[in-house]
Amino acid sequence: MKSSIEVHNLTTAYGGAPVLWDIDFQLPTGQIIGIIGPNGSGKTTLLKTIMGLLDPASGFVKVFDQPLDKVREKVAYVPQRESVDWDFPASVYDVVMMGRYRKYNLFKRTKDPDREIVLQSIEKVGLSEFKDRQISRLSGGQQQRVFVARALAQGADLYLMDEPFVGVDAATENSILNLLSEMKNEGKTVVIIHHDLQTVSDYFDYLLLLNTRLIARGTPAEVLTKENLTNAYGGQLTLLSKVVNLIKQNEFPIREKDSDV
Amino acid sequence: MNDFWIILTASLVAINSALLGSFLVLRKMSMIGDAISHAVLPGIVVAYYFSEDKASIFLLLGATLTGVLTSLIIDFLSKKAKIQGDASIGITYTLLFAVGMIMISGWMQGNVDIDLDCVLYGDIALVNMDKVIVDGNLYVGPRAFYIEFLGFAIIGFCLWIGFKGFKLLSFNEDYARSLGIATGRWHYFLMGLVSLTTVVSFEVVGAVLVVGFLIIPAATAQLMTDKLKPMLLYACGFGILAVIIGYFTAVYFDVSITGSMVSVSTLIFLAITVLKRRKRQTKALLKSSTDLRG
Repeated sequence: MKSSIEVHNLTTAYGGAPVLWDIDFQLPTGQIIGIIGPNGSGKTTLLKTIMGLLDPASGFVKVFDQPLDKVREKVAYVPQRESVDWDFPASVYDVVMMGRYRKYNLFKRTKDPDREIVLQSIEKVGLSEFKDRQISRLSGGQQQRVFVARALAQGADLYLMDEPFVGVDAATENSILNLLSEMKNEGKTVVIIHHDLQTVSDYFDYLLLLNTRLIARGTPAEVLTKENLTNAYGGQLTLLSKVVNLIKQNEFPIREKDSDV
Repeated sequence: MNDFWIILTASLVAINSALLGSFLVLRKMSMIGDAISHAVLPGIVVAYYFSEDKASIFLLLGATLTGVLTSLIIDFLSKKAKIQGDASIGITYTLLFAVGMIMISGWMQGNVDIDLDCVLYGDIALVNMDKVIVDGNLYVGPRAFYIEFLGFAIIGFCLWIGFKGFKLLSFNEDYARSLGIATGRWHYFLMGLVSLTTVVSFEVVGAVLVVGFLIIPAATAQLMTDKLKPMLLYACGFGILAVIIGYFTAVYFDVSITGSMVSVSTLIFLAITVLKRRKRQTKALLKSSTDLRG
């Protein structure tokens, strides 16, 4: 089986504490793949390490059987929506155009085919009527779609998306889901960090269950067993720890955000 | 004629600062501008020591590198030594500034034709003392104007060819790296330009107030527009406006010219803020009244 992402003995740490510990897996191509796990289980860290944004303490990552630098053209990254300042003076079109930026064309003028691709990408996420609108004047779901359109504009084969379904409206959720099945039909691979356990079996063909270590991987039926979920979420599934989590979030609301940056 | 050259020179300071300040404001790095403007002091002193001619390229280059070094040290302290961002800025620039002060007051005393007051506050009223004269008697403007113009040419050119890169870096650095773009290099490229701005401007407006020229017009411009290129133009416009109004106010009241320019700049910022608020409130009021009627 040809693998889209291959990760070997991967350990990534912030300061001293490992966030990812000895992760090992291969992911298939042409499928919609979900990464799930409790808060702070290292999902974003895994995505950032795969994208080369964080240096692993040990281990390595291969994309389409090659080091990332060789295949960057084929990989598109969708960061968390909260990771940027949406007050930035740019329109939808400007941001999606960034998907056409490359190392070698930064100093050159924009070409017509690029404009064409950008307009098509905006159309695909249903934002054509907003293309000249400043990005702070969009709803959260529309902003998320701008990020997805920017990744589409890259014309990649593998897409890594960090929580595209968080805080979005039903229209955006449907629009992204339609896109996903369209992309799958074109043979693209999409890896998505996801929170909502209720919807995982509907959305994904393949799952990674993470909690610092890799707990399980495989089809949703294989992964979503009681044993695996208890291993990953532990007592968190009980009411008591939900309350504890809520208190934690309220106590350190800013820290919570920082740790993901 | 003196007025004319002072305003023209200060306007170039305002333009250079506003262009780079816009990117600093967008990247939420205003205090880095402050740090660099102070930290270039030892670079300036060393450059003066080695070169007789104040306008030499050597001086500009040497001092500019100090600014890049500053941001390297700040990044090292915050990323490798895990010190909080603002603390590492504070540590770095005060240290470099202190080293510069020791250099001026201590072992270089007498060897270097430079004094701390001039570096800190600039001497805008005196820019005309240092004249550029060609063909023996044709006066073509103060030297400071030409240094500032050289700075403008370099900064303008770099921003023009690197516009996409700086835009991407400012909006979404992680994404830029995911595209394989060397964001580190772009960051130090920008820091080098900021450093160059403060170096070419310190004689005119001083190391302390150049920060006002960097940040205030850019912050004002951000209130006025939601597109990047117009924001750069607005920032230049507000900078020049503050220079002109500030200059004549200072002459009228016989007070510090640079101080007056930065104060006027802040007043413009406050005025725009208030106007925007009122406009928003009126809009909201109109909307609620139509809602009521509808």
